[in-house]
Amino acid sequence: MHLQVSNVCKSFGHGRASKLVLDHVSFDLHSGEFLALVGRSGSGKSTVMRLIAGLDHPSSGSICLDGQPVVGPGSDRGMVFQKYSLYPWLTAAQNVAFGMELQGRSRSEVRERTGYFLEVVGLADAARRLPRELSGGMQQRIAIARALAADPKLLLLDEPFGALDIQIRESMQEFLHQLWQRTGLTALLITHDLEEALLLANRVHILAPNPGRIVRSVDVQLDRSAMPDVRLSPEFLAMREDLAKGLRALEPALPS
Amino acid sequence: MTTVELRRLLSQPWVLGLMGILGVLIVWFLSTASGAVDKLFLPSPLAVWQAGQTQWSSGILLKDALASIQRVFLGFALSAGVALPVGIAMGTNPVICRLLEPLIGLIRYMPAPAFIPLLIIYFGLEELPKVLLIFIGTVFFNTLMIMDAVKFVPRELVETALTLGGKGFPILTRVVAPFIAPQVLDTYRINMASAWNLVIVAELVAATEGLGKRISLAQRFLRTDEIFVGLIAIGLIGLAIDLGFRLLMRRACSWAN
Repeated sequence: MHLQVSNVCKSFGHGRASKLVLDHVSFDLHSGEFLALVGRSGSGKSTVMRLIAGLDHPSSGSICLDGQPVVGPGSDRGMVFQKYSLYPWLTAAQNVAFGMELQGRSRSEVRERTGYFLEVVGLADAARRLPRELSGGMQQRIAIARALAADPKLLLLDEPFGALDIQIRESMQEFLHQLWQRTGLTALLITHDLEEALLLANRVHILAPNPGRIVRSVDVQLDRSAMPDVRLSPEFLAMREDLAKGLRALEPALPS
Repeated sequence: MTTVELRRLLSQPWVLGLMGILGVLIVWFLSTASGAVDKLFLPSPLAVWQAGQTQWSSGILLKDALASIQRVFLGFALSAGVALPVGIAMGTNPVICRLLEPLIGLIRYMPAPAFIPLLIIYFGLEELPKVLLIFIGTVFFNTLMIMDAVKFVPRELVETALTLGGKGFPILTRVVAPFIAPQVLDTYRINMASAWNLVIVAELVAATEGLGKRISLAQRFLRTDEIFVGLIAIGLIGLAIDLGFRLLMRRACSWAN
């Protein structure tokens, strides 16, 4: 799998009211990589994700997946949203099965894979529960299971933990890291949380706002074997501080 | 009974409602029994009960009720059946919405009973004009409310289906339809009340049977007790339909409660 985003610009509106949201954004993503795009609101990070998902089209530039230009949404690029991520009328298992049913897989295959992916996200016990009976963290795990069950080449995560409490958020980050290591998935994470990006991704792009553009890219090579403690390692803290300084420099000066 | 027990009893939702109804009945009974109000204007509860029994045992009440119910159901089924696809089309397609919304917005403000003369000229005095009156009086409200329900389907739910490999029609049946089902049922429940109003109006104008017809006949013979029977029957049937919709919603859309 090779995702190629080259010189993508996106503006909304027409004529004078037109606003440039993305300015010549380029990056690559290969199989097995975990890439994070970090930026505050207005940096166009969600727009990048929507363009890759095919839910919107770039004004100029190109997005190619394995050499084929992206023209619309498809099951090769699974997506997990922050809000309304599950169908509230379907049980957890039915939610996981949803994509596979849309794809027209056989019943026995759907049943088998649903069980497997519920197991993968550790929620086999919750199979028959409705989303409203699940915690926010469990809901997002089901949403991830549903995306993975549809067998995407690339998993797009749009602030998937943005609405969760801080403790749950941290355990979800550890969950996602383990999932990545176990399944070898390829992921693109959108977040405003620098710590989250550094913790999970092996490559981080920093986006500056107005118009959104990549101003810095870093490779992250941390020993993540002792996951919760990584957050406190001097290496991690130094890297976070360095990037945070860079992000702060992008903010307009506060009036004193 | 202790105050705690009394409070617990009053906190039951149906207790106060029942007390309200009983209160009106008592005031009604006292004002007629004391002779304060002329019996011709306000018959006693007992007289109404007897009139009701007479109409029931002669079969008139059932026949009238069935006639009215049939008109309501035919007219409303037609309205619901047309409003559902049109409302969904308007909610999902901006072109269709811009095309139809001003038109529907205009016609909606024309009072349905004002169409009765036209309907009589076109279709005579049989069942069809009455059914069509109910159709005209409810279809535009049903359509606009269903359109709104469709517009409020969260974008994420549709886009998730798209990124899972879903396309047009399956998204309509598997995402949009289940999401709007509770609002559609509620829309039907609310607009059913208008359908009941309209059937009575239609029958007051022209009919051989029906609860509205019975009321207008009773007026001609100054039978206020029979008018009351008709009014109470209309109210009770309406209430039963309303409760039926609520029950259906609780059964079919338990996730939305």
